[in-house]
Amino acid sequence: MNKRVEVLKTYKLYIGGKFSRTESGRYFKLEDKKGHTVANLCQSSRKDFRNSVVVARKAQIAWEERSAYNKGQILYRIAENLEGRKSELADLISAERKLDKKKADEEVNDAIDTFLYFAGWTDKYQAIFSSVNPVASSHFNFSILEALGVVSSIMGPDNNFQQLAALISAAIAGGNTLITLVPAELSLSAMTLAEVIHHSDVPAGVVNILTGFEDELLEHMAGHMDVNALLYWGDKKETVIKIRELSESNLKRSVFWPTEKNRARSPYSIYDLQEIKTTWHPIEQIGGATSAY
Amino acid sequence: MDFKNTPNIDQQGLIERANRFKSRSIKKEAKLSGLKLALSMIDLTTLEGKDTKEKVKQLCMKAVHPDLELNVPSVAAVCVYPSLVSTAKKALKGSGVKVASVATAFPSGQSDQKLKVEETKYAVNEGADEIDMVISRGKFLEGEYNYVFDEIAMIKEACGKARLKVILETGELGTPDQIRKASDIALYAGGDFIKTSTGKISQAATMPISLLMLEAIRDFYYKTGEMRAMKPAGGISDAKTALHYLVMLNETLGDQWMSNQWFRFGASRLANDLLMQLKKQQSGFYQSADYFSKD
Amino acid sequence: MTKTDSFSLKFNDGWKYDPAPESIDHISIAEQYGLFINGEFVNSEGSKYFKTINPSNGDTLSKISEANKKDVDKAVDAAKAAFKSWSKMDPSDRAKYIFRIARMIQERAREFAVIESLDGGKPIRESRDIDIPLAAAHFFYYAGWADKLEYAFPGKNTKPIGVAAQIIPWNFPLLMAAWKIAPALACGNTVVLKPAETTPLTALKLAEIIKDSGLPKGVVNIVTGAGKTGSYLVEHPDVDKIAFTGSTEVGKLIRRATAETNKKLTLELGGKAANIIFEDAPIDQAIEGIINGIFFNQGHVCCAGSRLLVQESVLDEVSKKLKARLESLIVGDPLDKNTDVGAINSEAQLEKINSYIQVGKKEGLEMFQSNSKVPSKGFFCKPTLFFNVAQSSRLAKEEIFGPVLAIQSFRTVDEAIEKANNTPYGLSAGVWTDKGSKAFNMSSKLKAGVIWANTYNKFDPTSPFGGYKESGFGREGGVHGLKEYLILENQEG
Repeated sequence: MNKRVEVLKTYKLYIGGKFSRTESGRYFKLEDKKGHTVANLCQSSRKDFRNSVVVARKAQIAWEERSAYNKGQILYRIAENLEGRKSELADLISAERKLDKKKADEEVNDAIDTFLYFAGWTDKYQAIFSSVNPVASSHFNFSILEALGVVSSIMGPDNNFQQLAALISAAIAGGNTLITLVPAELSLSAMTLAEVIHHSDVPAGVVNILTGFEDELLEHMAGHMDVNALLYWGDKKETVIKIRELSESNLKRSVFWPTEKNRARSPYSIYDLQEIKTTWHPIEQIGGATSAY
Repeated sequence: MDFKNTPNIDQQGLIERANRFKSRSIKKEAKLSGLKLALSMIDLTTLEGKDTKEKVKQLCMKAVHPDLELNVPSVAAVCVYPSLVSTAKKALKGSGVKVASVATAFPSGQSDQKLKVEETKYAVNEGADEIDMVISRGKFLEGEYNYVFDEIAMIKEACGKARLKVILETGELGTPDQIRKASDIALYAGGDFIKTSTGKISQAATMPISLLMLEAIRDFYYKTGEMRAMKPAGGISDAKTALHYLVMLNETLGDQWMSNQWFRFGASRLANDLLMQLKKQQSGFYQSADYFSKD
Repeated sequence: MTKTDSFSLKFNDGWKYDPAPESIDHISIAEQYGLFINGEFVNSEGSKYFKTINPSNGDTLSKISEANKKDVDKAVDAAKAAFKSWSKMDPSDRAKYIFRIARMIQERAREFAVIESLDGGKPIRESRDIDIPLAAAHFFYYAGWADKLEYAFPGKNTKPIGVAAQIIPWNFPLLMAAWKIAPALACGNTVVLKPAETTPLTALKLAEIIKDSGLPKGVVNIVTGAGKTGSYLVEHPDVDKIAFTGSTEVGKLIRRATAETNKKLTLELGGKAANIIFEDAPIDQAIEGIINGIFFNQGHVCCAGSRLLVQESVLDEVSKKLKARLESLIVGDPLDKNTDVGAINSEAQLEKINSYIQVGKKEGLEMFQSNSKVPSKGFFCKPTLFFNVAQSSRLAKEEIFGPVLAIQSFRTVDEAIEKANNTPYGLSAGVWTDKGSKAFNMSSKLKAGVIWANTYNKFDPTSPFGGYKESGFGREGGVHGLKEYLILENQEG
């Protein structure tokens, strides 16, 4: 019996709801333990990032305005669809991070549960972190959370698949659109996750995933004037400093999550990517016990 | 004019603005001239079932010479019921003090329109220079704005040369929006004055309500070029409050309105407090009410 | 000319108010002030002094120490030493000290109000009715939080950060000190505060209260000086937290200067807020909101409503009413109880404002100023309106920080939102409409941290304040303001 010749998969970028090759035409190799090429990955350019920001900006308000219930259902849908591709993802994780299969299985399960976890938060975090403020004048005053807007993120080489799930969930549960740069070690699983996201009713541009090199893209991501926040999930001191320095350009919010033991399964992960908006409105005082005005 | 679309008013903003006038500090010459101006703007009022000719005559004396020692002006008018108009007219002859009469089934206004017109004509024939009418609040609250408008126009016609003050009885109208609507109806129907209250219910004039009425007068002036007058009534019993109202008038309608042709205080107790303050300005000492005649 | 242009009110020669100056008899200002370090007033190591003047007449009020690096080191050392016990003190005891400060400010409120107006030029009506009472209220509010922090952030343990360096501006000197110090102390941090160089006096008076309150030595230290003193403070390695209120330009410098450290940062920066008037607005109240929005504190307000967006259908009416309203604004002596618009804080600021007025003139914009008289001595600027300002005009884009309003028009809701958000800033915005659904829509679409609907320039200690975008990050006030002064740790570890 002849061994079947497998169809190899081409890994592209996920930008604006489309799987496209990097405009730069560059690639880098992901190899397995034995040095065999597992895949050629797109090496995203600054222009790919720029294009992602454009689509993410375009998608943001409409996504934010989706009901919390709807956002929750979409996150749930991602979890549902992930279930069906569990073993494929575990294989990929196992390949890209040279992890044993059992560990990889656990990670995928954890990631699926993470999407589910955040699916349940979309219509609850507001109630936890908002406030009605009893001001001394006759005004109704309340503070609510609002999405930062377009969030970009850089994941370090030590991040795992569950963390990618947490990052995406936390960002989009709160109404942000996201551009995330994943390291080579997460790229197969991330691009496969992108396929799942693509088929889970997530509107185009809400999640954008790039593969490539932090060194090359860091400056452009931190300096981009139309990005509201940059989240760095990693531990490299130089990266942290660079982000702080360059975020000065438009005072984008810089958010730093350390890698170790951090599953980010917390509503505070959503809160980290939110603004607080306070609204005042007068309250008429007529009737009841109030005196004539 | 569609009175359903009168301007919106935010009550809190209105109150804040009115409070700003209270923070003005009126001293020295400004205070002296303010007190005298306020005195000259008073409609000295007696509107009681027990009013008699003698009572009215005494009030008229007070109106012409509020204080014999102080160099102070007469008040603007004496306001009485129709049956006492002729008494007041005689007592005030040649003084320049006007006779005002309430009419139109004051204070409730719950009567037939023909009777209201007759009553108005009667008061004018008796010698009233000014008529203080009440609007039909019941009709207003029913949304019968045209009825209210037509009635005011009818009374205005009955007034002839007499100036018409239209009492809105703001305390019965509810919200600032309603009061603004009633103000616009009164102005466009031909009222010479708009007036807050009858003095017969507990909610009388307040600064925020008076402010919104002044703003209605201003907007009417902007649209038509015609000046109209304002009369807050009831609840203004001390000099300090009167000065606050004058500040409000001064900063809302400006120089042209600062006379008793365009602004009145409907008040009976205010005069003595103004006199006490004037005396204090003159003597430097705080005064006792026992030294000022109560008429 | 529309019909409404033909009749106008007159405010020229009617009833004028006599001067009503607030008494300064009971005020004592020392000829010279030292630095408040470790619970004592001490002389600066460098013995350098600068003058603080009364901007309404140029008179010198006092000589103020310019803290040098050594002084800043001493202050930070004192704060660091004090942190050990202060952060561990029973929180309800911490609360008591902060409550005391609130009460003592109330007791000395009139003195503080007068000094605030003398040193900064703001009308006594504002310092008396707004700045000082609100400052006291902030201390009172945050005092209460000190022993309740575990309820503020569910699922988290809270820890103070350490030494907070706080740099505040000259527009609300005592109030900004309160906004900074009160939450820092409630959360268990210690403080080195630097007031602005043109308005140091009320902070130094606050130091007297802090001393009287018995607050442990070194918990609050106050160093005076200009930008250089501030930079020593920002760069000090033992500072764990920086809270800055001031210009976006300096805020960015601080962001960069602290990039290599883990200092936690909050920035409260500039703004160019849109105040949006719809045709269904309560127009007369909106007029007051516009006036209060731009002329409150001479327009020296980061959240000032400096861009007025008026729906075209009511543009004539609003313009006419605004002009009339300007005539009754009294510009003059800050200590006069009747003054609405006081002195510009400094000569440099006056020059900056005047240069913008020149820009407006050069751009050929229609300008309106009232007939009000302005004192010849001191730094004063007439309230100024510019009409028909285009979105591209510098007057619509740059923060002037003075009594100058750029008036623009719009036709639709979409256009209003687009124009309002078309700025690098995002501190605040105003919306005036009688329609609730429109107000809520605007509130959610405007990219700003504070939305005033049918009101403007309202502040309260319970209400978080802070910006989007280049107006800075972090919030001050309310429960959200606590987060800036705490480290939140997972309870599960």
